[in-house]
Amino acid sequence: MDLLNALVALANFVIVPAVAYGSQLALGALGVTLIYGILRFSNFAHGDTMAFGAMIAVLVTWGLQAAGVSFGPLPTALLALPFAILGCIVLVLITDRLVYRFYREQKAKPVILVIVSMGVMFIMNGLVRFIIGPDDQRFSDGARFIVSARDFKAMTGLREGLAIKTSQGITLVVAVVAVALLFWFLNKTRTGKSMRAYSDNEDLALLSGINPERVVMITWIIVAALATTAGVLYGLDKSFKPFVYFQLLLPIFASAIVGGLGNPLGAIAGGFIIAFSEVTITYAWKKVLTYIAPESLAPSGLVQFLSTDYKFAVSFVILLIVLLFKPTGLFKGKAV
Amino acid sequence: MTEYVKNTLLFVVVGGLILLTGFTQSWNSAILILNMGLISAIMAIGVNLQWGFAGLFNVGVMGFVALGGLAVVLVSTPTTPGAWSSGGYGIVLALLLGAATVVAAVLVATRMPKGRTQTLTIIAILIVGFFVYRAVFDPSVAGVEAIDPAIAGNLGGLNLPVLLAWPAGGLLAAGAAWLIGKTALGLRSDYLAIATLGIAEIIIAVMKNEDWLARGVKNVYGIPRPSPVVGYEVELQNDPGFVARADWLGLDPVIASTLSVKLGYSLLFMIVLLVLLWMAQMALKSPWGRMMRAIRDNEVAAEAMGKDVTRRHLQIFVLGSAICGIAGAMMTTLDGQLTPGTYNPLRFTFLVWVMVIVGGSGNNFGAVLGAFLIWFLWVQVEPMGLWFMNLITSSMPDGSALKSHLIESAAHMRLFTMGLILLVVLRFSPRGLIPEK
Repeated sequence: MDLLNALVALANFVIVPAVAYGSQLALGALGVTLIYGILRFSNFAHGDTMAFGAMIAVLVTWGLQAAGVSFGPLPTALLALPFAILGCIVLVLITDRLVYRFYREQKAKPVILVIVSMGVMFIMNGLVRFIIGPDDQRFSDGARFIVSARDFKAMTGLREGLAIKTSQGITLVVAVVAVALLFWFLNKTRTGKSMRAYSDNEDLALLSGINPERVVMITWIIVAALATTAGVLYGLDKSFKPFVYFQLLLPIFASAIVGGLGNPLGAIAGGFIIAFSEVTITYAWKKVLTYIAPESLAPSGLVQFLSTDYKFAVSFVILLIVLLFKPTGLFKGKAV
Repeated sequence: MTEYVKNTLLFVVVGGLILLTGFTQSWNSAILILNMGLISAIMAIGVNLQWGFAGLFNVGVMGFVALGGLAVVLVSTPTTPGAWSSGGYGIVLALLLGAATVVAAVLVATRMPKGRTQTLTIIAILIVGFFVYRAVFDPSVAGVEAIDPAIAGNLGGLNLPVLLAWPAGGLLAAGAAWLIGKTALGLRSDYLAIATLGIAEIIIAVMKNEDWLARGVKNVYGIPRPSPVVGYEVELQNDPGFVARADWLGLDPVIASTLSVKLGYSLLFMIVLLVLLWMAQMALKSPWGRMMRAIRDNEVAAEAMGKDVTRRHLQIFVLGSAICGIAGAMMTTLDGQLTPGTYNPLRFTFLVWVMVIVGGSGNNFGAVLGAFLIWFLWVQVEPMGLWFMNLITSSMPDGSALKSHLIESAAHMRLFTMGLILLVVLRFSPRGLIPEK
């Protein structure tokens, strides 16, 4: 019984939140890794692209709510998601046309493109703050829980409850669907194959008649869709705050690099590795240990390795370890 | 028009903009822009050293600036009575134990033959070391933080003159940069960027959470001023000699005292800037500077000539970070308080980058010019944005939601404008206002 209680507590406080967070990171890291694979630079504006997409979703959600539209027990934001994706696609395509294309034609060094993306980051950040302001916005509605802690306790008779928030369930489902679609696209369709070819060897791809501008455009469209989805899911799960998306840049990059930059499978693995380590290292293990350990050995402190404020440090240390021992990431990434 | 005349004109224009602020707004805000411009110029020299001379992509400027601020608290504030005996030594011991654990693990990693025994030994050392460290660290911290938590709760400083804190800030930042450089400098340019971005966030997280160090988010107030150059307003107003002099200049004693304090800072900052600028110029012209640029432009060729690229990179990374640390210490002295919650990477890392790129990377005068110009715009874009918004909304009916939203959001024009300036300069004048020679 105690073992079951310990398992439930573990699932409730570690596994469920980490899976949801990991899915969000994985979606974000997929965007970073695609840009790196096709356009060959680290996009510092990615966090703010997520914020921009999520902002449109928030605005459309408010509009739908005001019009009396709802999605039953599911959050209205899911209905707003396609509009948000469209808006974000328009923004990144305009950015590419006005900013990045010039440097692509010049064959600028990757580091110049990184600095350019810093400028784009400022502009997007300014836009988001200008339109919706720098404050916290809540936009989730519908049922709050799939399984609430009280129901779970009543159902099983255990002392520990297991709560699964609707946003966490949706995150997992949407992430699985998005990833499945992405891999189907990359592996089965002609356009997807041309994208992979372009990423693997630009010159050979050009020789075989692949249009680079088309590949770049489709990459931006996919990246905008992924970034918006990640941004909306994160916003539903926690809350929407522009600055938080900027800060997500670090764990997202860590995920992409740990998995191997340019490798989509690696980005997903990296997202979950980072999420699980962040949650397990900053979780206070006292509750779980009290159930498992014999009474005489029960821990007196919280048994928390690091306070939650140091979660950046966790993703960072993992990043450093991977970079020092396996510089191309766990799955073979590329090096420009 | 020769280059010299053009560059002088650029500086005159920026100086004119600051003077214009003095004539149209107030001299207090003009001198404030000047002071922060001087500090920004020092930060820009540091970043220019790393990026312009050596091509190192450091986006952790905020961390080094914050460490400089921490040094001010550790050097110049009075020691908290009883803090050292009730846990201070324990904390130092714990940190030494922690460092010993890491060193032991690194030694095992390098000296022992590879294999399972090595991995297990490393893991065992790290786990045992971590628990020993926490066992010593936690009670000591609790002891220090229990002392008078409303006004202290930290170790306090050495009670030395605040001017000593400026070089100390540089040293602290240099030490951190050496540690970071040792591990991260072998990485590719964009990995180094992510690594430094992360380090900066961690430094801020430590300063926010370790209350025993500098009170965390409870902030440290009342950092002493570098007297006698910079006085205190109230004392000046009570000094008959000062009042007489203000009278002679035709100034109100209250305004005169605030101006005198700010100008005192300007004088000190100007001296530091000129010294650092002179040193950076000498370094640029010296064989060492030529070697750095050779490494930047072609690492392989420089290595073939027998230059130790990794060591030179480490050297210039430490030097540049130290300069940022000095600037950070100066800024905290100017503010008179340390507020870890206000460090924001957009303001303290990326804005400095905008300054260097706009001014002209690789050219010290360019970096200084960019710093003054961008800082001026950073301050003045807000009122300009408000004016602009009032202009375009003037035809809208009063009380319309759009109008009030636009006017309220004018403050956020700042980031947008900075991004726009950066992109425009990169596109049309990629080498900056004063290009590298």
